[in-house]
Amino acid sequence: MTDDTFEIAGRKFSSRLIIGTGKYKDYAENAAAAEASGAEIVTVAVRRVNLTDRDKPMLVDYVSPEKYTYLPNTAGCFTAEDAIRTLRLAREAGGWDLVKLEVLSDQKTLYPDMAETLRAAELLIKEGFQVMVYCTDDPVYARKLEEAGCCAIMPLGAPIGSGLGIQNPVNIRLIVEQAKVPVLVDAGVGTASDAAIAMELGCDGVLLNTAIAEAKDPIRMARAMKHAVIAGREAYLAGRMGRKKYADPSSPLAGLI
Amino acid sequence: MKITVNGEARDLPAPATVDGLLADLGLEPRKIAVERNLEIVPKSAFGSTELNDGDRLEIVQFVGGG
Repeated sequence: MTDDTFEIAGRKFSSRLIIGTGKYKDYAENAAAAEASGAEIVTVAVRRVNLTDRDKPMLVDYVSPEKYTYLPNTAGCFTAEDAIRTLRLAREAGGWDLVKLEVLSDQKTLYPDMAETLRAAELLIKEGFQVMVYCTDDPVYARKLEEAGCCAIMPLGAPIGSGLGIQNPVNIRLIVEQAKVPVLVDAGVGTASDAAIAMELGCDGVLLNTAIAEAKDPIRMARAMKHAVIAGREAYLAGRMGRKKYADPSSPLAGLI
Repeated sequence: MKITVNGEARDLPAPATVDGLLADLGLEPRKIAVERNLEIVPKSAFGSTELNDGDRLEIVQFVGGG
């Protein structure tokens, strides 16, 4: 298992769990959850510095960019232009070009706008960004995004923050089967079994935030997610047994008294 | 001169550079990124980038997000 690493944009990672850094009680809890999850990549947002309260704690002082690969996102962006502007700033703040692109369509569903997402991906890749892309679970758009040069395809399992689990396992499997770049389920995971299901479908990884941050005990849930991703991956590699219509006894029938 | 920083109007004695403004605001250049009139100001150019009346600046940082 130790050599079961995965590669995104030429960088090797051994943890297949990427976690968000939003919605935690505070950055200290966030840091403890990140530690417990074993994640090597964390997503981060880009926002204005608070000029009136400069003593506000900063994420970088708790979740160190030296320890974790920061994956800047474009959460809250509804046009390609907004997303590109945000990521140019992120590249300057962080000094690296691996990013998570998401271009949303409406506030209620936070469903990605795929036409705008594809347009943004093409522009960002032209500017030298390595784009991990949040997308719908549509295999056709997933292929278009891969052809455009995205370094990871990240279909939603269910709407962002909903915790509804993997709603369309068939589409996730279709996307996994056709992709030559890593596929990660991003959004919708509610509990450990959801993460395991994503991995059993053959995904290369899982990205989640709310499932940990809004658990009653986030640190414990972070640990659960770590194990779930490993378990799901192992089960996928092991190859599950076939499904049968009827019972098949596990104890020998011969020698019954 | 009058400039806008993160949407707020500010009065600044001229001449001023991005570096000077950050020092005034008590911000560590290492932890932030600056956009001036929709163009990125590279960290290496903070000291040499002079601010002009009417400039619109955005100073951003990484925060928690999913």
